[in-house]
Amino acid sequence: MNEEKNVHAVSLGDLIIEDHVAVKVQTTGWEDAVIQAGKLLVNTNIVEESYVEAMISTIKDLGPYCVIAPGIALPHARPEDGVRQSGFSLITLEQAVEFGNTANDPVDIVIGFAAIDKTSHILALREVATLLGDDDFIQHIRSQKTKSELIQLIKTQRTKL
Amino acid sequence: MKIATLCGMGFGTSMILKLTIEDIFKAEGIKGHQVIPWDLGSFKGQSVDLVVAPTDMEHHLQGTDFKVVYIKNLVDKAEISEKVIHALKELEDLT
Repeated sequence: MNEEKNVHAVSLGDLIIEDHVAVKVQTTGWEDAVIQAGKLLVNTNIVEESYVEAMISTIKDLGPYCVIAPGIALPHARPEDGVRQSGFSLITLEQAVEFGNTANDPVDIVIGFAAIDKTSHILALREVATLLGDDDFIQHIRSQKTKSELIQLIKTQRTKL
Repeated sequence: MKIATLCGMGFGTSMILKLTIEDIFKAEGIKGHQVIPWDLGSFKGQSVDLVVAPTDMEHHLQGTDFKVVYIKNLVDKAEISEKVIHALKELEDLT
């Protein structure tokens, strides 16, 4: 049933499955945080393990600009780095970590992002940008203690878009 | 005006910036601008009126002749709106 995502534009609905979220994750630093977010996409066959390595090397090579807003990182790599389907994962961190970003460190929300090509994810990305632009919603994301609460929060917020 | 948003790959961070800028233009009734996402590998030698980039990409743009605005929070419409519209006004005053 997941095959369809390969050809259709993805929406943020892909984010809203329990396998793609985790709350209050313990990490040893920014690399580990990216690995934890990436692992959720590996486990559901969205990406290959090489993609997670590429997410980290992208940050090392090009800089930590994936920390797009205060406390929020959106690490990603290229479609050809091992993406099978487009998808998102979202984890909140028990302790915020430094990515080395001058404006938006420390990070306690990591959104893993994989795009199968350069266009089919745009709808989903627009939703993500709109959701992340809402400060109250972000504070609510930070305060959720269980996966199911977090998913419910995102679902409710989506209906308001 | 031709506006480019910049990131390492041209479809993630730069796409978020492009979408946010287009939302702002729509809300403000601003028309006549083209917003294109750029990646680091292919922007050199290109010609645009304005580049919008994340603050942490400043070192990639040093030594270029582009007019650039740097954005800290890429989903903050207030910051992006203020900086981009201000830069566009400056450009329009020059012409």
